[in-house]
Amino acid sequence: MTCRQFADFMHDYLTGHLPADVLAAFDDHVAVCANCVRYLAQYRDAIAFGRAAFADPDATIPDDVPDDLVTAILAARE
Amino acid sequence: MDSQPTHVAAVFDEQSLVGALRAGHDWAFEAMVRTYGGRLLAVARRICGNEEDARDVLQSAYLSAFRSLGGFAGSCQLSTWLHRIVVNTALMRLRSKRRKPEDSIEALLPAFQEDGHHVEQFSDWALPADRLLEREDVRRLVRQCIARLPDNYRDVLMMRDIEEQSTEDVARHLALTPNAVKVRLHRARQALSTLLRRELTTEAVCQ
Repeated sequence: MTCRQFADFMHDYLTGHLPADVLAAFDDHVAVCANCVRYLAQYRDAIAFGRAAFADPDATIPDDVPDDLVTAILAARE
Repeated sequence: MDSQPTHVAAVFDEQSLVGALRAGHDWAFEAMVRTYGGRLLAVARRICGNEEDARDVLQSAYLSAFRSLGGFAGSCQLSTWLHRIVVNTALMRLRSKRRKPEDSIEALLPAFQEDGHHVEQFSDWALPADRLLEREDVRRLVRQCIARLPDNYRDVLMMRDIEEQSTEDVARHLALTPNAVKVRLHRARQALSTLLRRELTTEAVCQ
């Protein structure tokens, strides 16, 4: 398996959808290519970073909308 | 004259609210703003980083939502639909304020030599990923990088990875095949990791 093929298969690898023969070749590539191991790790991290960037730390504390903003929004609708 | 409930934020089921919105009842618009607006303002604040922009974003997003109500298919929750509009509006504002146009997706995908090896030798993150995640400046940077993705790719990444919608649901919302969603998501993640590498690797930090 080449690095290009490895990159193409990463999505299916992470979702567990690689056929057995491709998975074996993927794992073989992992064993010999440190650059692709780093690329895969950073691809995985990018997913986690995205989730963390939009996670709501105050999810249990609803905020009120200021009345003047409600008024402005509803007025702009007219 | 509108038949207005005593309390606009009274408990209602979402289907009734959507029906009242489509019928143009004023009380329903106010209920939609009061019920979801607080949470959405918090989302806008987090992305914009300041109160003034967050308020503008919320107002623009609600106006977009009012105009697009006919297109709300009801296949996701109203809150999810509004959340997406706010996030997209905020990301667009972030992009325009930084005067950085969206990047072309091709420029963010990996390049390969003729024999199939990567052209680039990838560096490690400057810090372990879990330590980077703890930092608000890094989370802000990640939001800025997502804002730079081409719209078609950013939408899929937001819906799949952030909102955790299924491939099938995203395909239905965007009128794509499930396979097209998979391809866009994969490219969007690769593009995001490229943008993050430019900012967060040892090589980037040492430059």
